[in-house]
Amino acid sequence: MLPDKRGYFGAYGGRFVPETLMPALEELTQAYQQAQQDAAFQREVSYYLKHYVGRPSPVYRAAALSKKIGGADIYLKREDLNHTGAHKINNTVGQLLLARRMGKKRIVAETGAGQHGVATATVAALLGLQCVVYMGEEDIYRQSPNVFRMRLLGAEVVKVSSGSGTLKDAMNEAMRDWVTNVRNTFYVIGSVAGPHPYPVMVRNFQAIIGEEAREQMLAQRGALPDCVVACVGGGSNAMGIFYHFLPLQEVKLVGVEAGGLGLHTEQHAATLNAGRPGVLHGAYSYLLQDVAGQVRPVHSISAGLDYPGVGPEHSYLKDSGRVQYITATDEEALEAFHLLARTEGILPALESSHALAGAIKLAAQMNKQQSILVCLSGRGDKDVPTVAKTMGVELI
Amino acid sequence: MTGIEHLQQTFAALRERQEKALVTYVTAGDPDLTTTARLMQTMAQSGADIIELGVPFSDPSADGPVIQRASTRALANGTGLAEILHLVSAARPGLSTPVVLMSYYNPVLQYGLTRFCQEAAAAGVAGVIIPDLPVEEAGALLAAAIPRGIAVIPLVAPTSTTQRLAKIVAVAQGFIYCVTVTGITGTSQSVTEEIAGLSRQLRELTELPLVAGFGIATPDQAARVAQYTDGVVVGSALVRLVEQQGENSLQAVDQLTRELKNVLVGKNW
Repeated sequence: MLPDKRGYFGAYGGRFVPETLMPALEELTQAYQQAQQDAAFQREVSYYLKHYVGRPSPVYRAAALSKKIGGADIYLKREDLNHTGAHKINNTVGQLLLARRMGKKRIVAETGAGQHGVATATVAALLGLQCVVYMGEEDIYRQSPNVFRMRLLGAEVVKVSSGSGTLKDAMNEAMRDWVTNVRNTFYVIGSVAGPHPYPVMVRNFQAIIGEEAREQMLAQRGALPDCVVACVGGGSNAMGIFYHFLPLQEVKLVGVEAGGLGLHTEQHAATLNAGRPGVLHGAYSYLLQDVAGQVRPVHSISAGLDYPGVGPEHSYLKDSGRVQYITATDEEALEAFHLLARTEGILPALESSHALAGAIKLAAQMNKQQSILVCLSGRGDKDVPTVAKTMGVELI
Repeated sequence: MTGIEHLQQTFAALRERQEKALVTYVTAGDPDLTTTARLMQTMAQSGADIIELGVPFSDPSADGPVIQRASTRALANGTGLAEILHLVSAARPGLSTPVVLMSYYNPVLQYGLTRFCQEAAAAGVAGVIIPDLPVEEAGALLAAAIPRGIAVIPLVAPTSTTQRLAKIVAVAQGFIYCVTVTGITGTSQSVTEEIAGLSRQLRELTELPLVAGFGIATPDQAARVAQYTDGVVVGSALVRLVEQQGENSLQAVDQLTRELKNVLVGKNW
């Protein structure tokens, strides 16, 4: 299946990086291909996913939430129950085992919400690898519990103050580090973004989400879901849950982007809804940019969605029409957050709250015989300070 | 004369005089385009053989903090590609020094590759350097640039394999930009170890001039690197002067340019 040899999904993807990194990407591509064909490596990944991460994560029928909405039956794929609290760990287990196999002793990563940073720091600690995580100043402030967690795990967290001090700037800084230390360093990208082979590699490590969910839906409900919904920043949890449903045309697939303060403002991160193709961070993909090709500042209440780009496979799926991309605003995401907390006793991550908000809108238009599967990509513990702030509550 | 011919002529003349090329870099629009025009004239008069003009970009991930800050300042002034092409066009009558543009790919791509190459050729731009456009992705730009005589100047790195170097020199024009270190602009300490091996490899593959850049700040560094190449690029050191002195930086830029050129002439290379 996709992508082609040069890493293109249709028109999107490729490798737009300094020459210094090209040999490293070639080396990585080769090492990953070999690892994929190596049963011992696959067994190793499976072992850690089962016994360390806690897979398979459950699919849970959210009966009370569904009843409250009065439409389609909503199911949640509980990636929030993974070790470290999000889907990010699936990918970091895979990439860090690959890094160790390649003999790389030093790991760099960038993080927005901190979930990828925590997952990387966790597996680096597990495998005894040195770990440096770049994080935007603004995000360090928004996600302070995760910053402390990374430090407890032995990682060095580097504050990035350039640009908007968010995920894209952290990614620039991680790339600068990688260019400088490319000979001994492995760059762990946390989304289906970046230069080839990252988009396909991260998608493959995350595809276990949808693979499990498809079987679980069939076992529990006796039918495929009518609709699968996931949030899209860079888009790794979405690609993970969509991938095994892509050939099943009867299943509608919906990605939910961060609508921020609304698409009529410039304060959003809805790349596929409001951007156009361009090159950033190593790939040709949809991008929020001005007329001159300068990357636009973006906004989302959720640090993990606060990104002006998107993985190239999503751009391809948007153009082909196989996946529909909609938006949820900060406010809608917060409403969904509170609703799930009250009806089901689950605090979702603000990223996942966007998916939930999208699903709630869709469910209301569907009937009780239909079902929606939502990727609950992470838990909301990290977002408690942000949510408290929106409520005017001061935490001690 | 096309841009490619202009560069060929420049290097031929340098060879004749037994000089090494001095390529000086400034970011266009930092602190403003009027100052950039004056800096270009100053650098040309003080001994620069080629002027490299940076097109500012919001996310310059191959550059260090000095050039990154210059980009931010230039963008705050609203500096865009159209104004920069106009600047080169206006400077051209009094400026015999070739001008090459350094830009990240997205601004050029959004401008339109054909439109960019047409207008650049008309403005008298000799070549273009795009740090995030490896040879595998450069097909569309080459197709637009070659018929218009614009040189697409590739970068090669110390990590480039022999196989990759062969692939790169096959499409190179003007000169080859050798990255002296694995790293970003303006940050390295020791620059000669990697370039020695890289230039040795390249000399076997191509007769195009080799110009080294990244981390060359002082005349002493320039002289050491120039042993292995046909020229050097100095960027961050000059941009730092512009950062400190703004529109009053002409004298300091003049002085550093002269000091740099001084060590690149009259030696028995």
